[in-house]
Amino acid sequence: MLLDVIATVGRGAIAVCRLWGSVGLFALNGLSHLFRPPFYGRMFLRAFAEFAYFSLPVVAMTAVFSGMVIALQSYTGFARFNANAESSIATIVVLSVVRELGPVMAGLMVAGRVGAAMAAELGTMRVTDQVDALSTLSTNPVKYLVAPRLLAGIIALPLLVTVANTLGIMGGFIVATVKLGFNPQTYLTSTLDSMQRIDVEVGLVKAAVFGFLIALMGCYTGYRSRGGAQGVGAATTASVVAASVLILAFDYVLSELFFSR
Amino acid sequence: MTDTTPKIRIRGLRKAFGEKQVLDGVDLDVMHGTSMVVIGGSGSGKSVLLKCVLGLIEPDEGTIEIDGRDLLALDRREREAMRAQIGMLFQNAALFDSLPVWENVAFGLLAQRKTSRAEARAKAAEILAQVGLAASVGELSPSELSGGMQKRVGLARAIAAQPDILFFDEPTTGLDPIMGAVIDGLIVDCVKRLGSTAVAITHDMASAIRIGDRAAMLHKGRIIWQGPADTLMESGNPVVDQFTHGRREGPIQMELRS
Repeated sequence: MLLDVIATVGRGAIAVCRLWGSVGLFALNGLSHLFRPPFYGRMFLRAFAEFAYFSLPVVAMTAVFSGMVIALQSYTGFARFNANAESSIATIVVLSVVRELGPVMAGLMVAGRVGAAMAAELGTMRVTDQVDALSTLSTNPVKYLVAPRLLAGIIALPLLVTVANTLGIMGGFIVATVKLGFNPQTYLTSTLDSMQRIDVEVGLVKAAVFGFLIALMGCYTGYRSRGGAQGVGAATTASVVAASVLILAFDYVLSELFFSR
Repeated sequence: MTDTTPKIRIRGLRKAFGEKQVLDGVDLDVMHGTSMVVIGGSGSGKSVLLKCVLGLIEPDEGTIEIDGRDLLALDRREREAMRAQIGMLFQNAALFDSLPVWENVAFGLLAQRKTSRAEARAKAAEILAQVGLAASVGELSPSELSGGMQKRVGLARAIAAQPDILFFDEPTTGLDPIMGAVIDGLIVDCVKRLGSTAVAITHDMASAIRIGDRAAMLHKGRIIWQGPADTLMESGNPVVDQFTHGRREGPIQMELRS
């Protein structure tokens, strides 16, 4: 009985190690192709447009509403303790948006939109032999399909997060000035005073890491998918779930690394 | 390489997936400039055999020689160079649906970076004409084509780089008999024009006889018969005869679960 339990746990542990080992090797293989010619610029531009341009509306809306709701909820909290809300809310909005919500919300939205599409596209290519066809046409599938997407994710997410940060802070400003009646000049001054370079930089580093994770999981699950439409569906789900969990996990790790002191 | 050296020589090829032994010691020779058709039931390992030769699947044991050079003993660059000599028509054509037809056809030429995009486009139109398609088809997306047209485009893509070896995986599957005959005719024409060595796998007997100079049957992971393709229907081998005539009774027992 005890041996059965140990065997089951052991098998599970081996399976987990094998999976993440496989993901790690896939990532290294993909990244290594960025430094070895040829580089497929058209594939990069296509993936970049998908990440940055076509994700902009959904990321923008998420950022604006996130900034608005933070301003609203923090005012409610401060009102309970009769604290000076005017300068504190600006600080809270800036810190929350730039350090956490900007990168995390943008990451989650892009994982749902681009990561899923990437997994579905590569999965369909896999099950319809298009990936094998690339190999027969003197083209390395990882170099052609994976490397440009990884680079696009790493570059596009920081740009998206810059926009998300701006719009998130603007959302807080709108609620603070229009609904809560704060003085716009005072609020803006508090916002600029609260913003520190390290917060912005770490937010952008997080965004680059999240972009890489989204592209990696979308490519990995799609590239490894098997078994027709059901396999592609499973790959799509797995890519979104894995990318979302990894984004939150790495958010904690990076926050611990940069802000714990 | 001498004239008697087969273009493709396969010896003792074995490949298992889990406990299922798909290829169990395949021996096969394909002579230069000939067309070999490999027949066999669904799941008999025909596609696995082709993918092993293409390097898409690593066999467990055995040797695959092309022009007398063992493919499995070559390093990555040499293997890629060898692979560039092979053109492949996939069962479902496997066209890249994110690219227009002309770019599909010229993909191999562009990948080798030996030609500009403008030249590749003109070359694609030329090759499309060879498979009976107008240059205007080149501007369409693969999803806008019928099954027969997709096969033609797949064939055009396979022959674009003028390969020494051509592989055809179930070239007539999913096509009506007339379109199947048209595709077979195009395959024979292309192979003759290029002087290539061809290997086709199929379970369409009419197609096998039209395409092949020689035929072989893969059964239970081994080549159990080979001979001239025009003797396929009267091979004298009970397993081959049952398969080619589609008889329910005979030595081949349908496995309910493998």
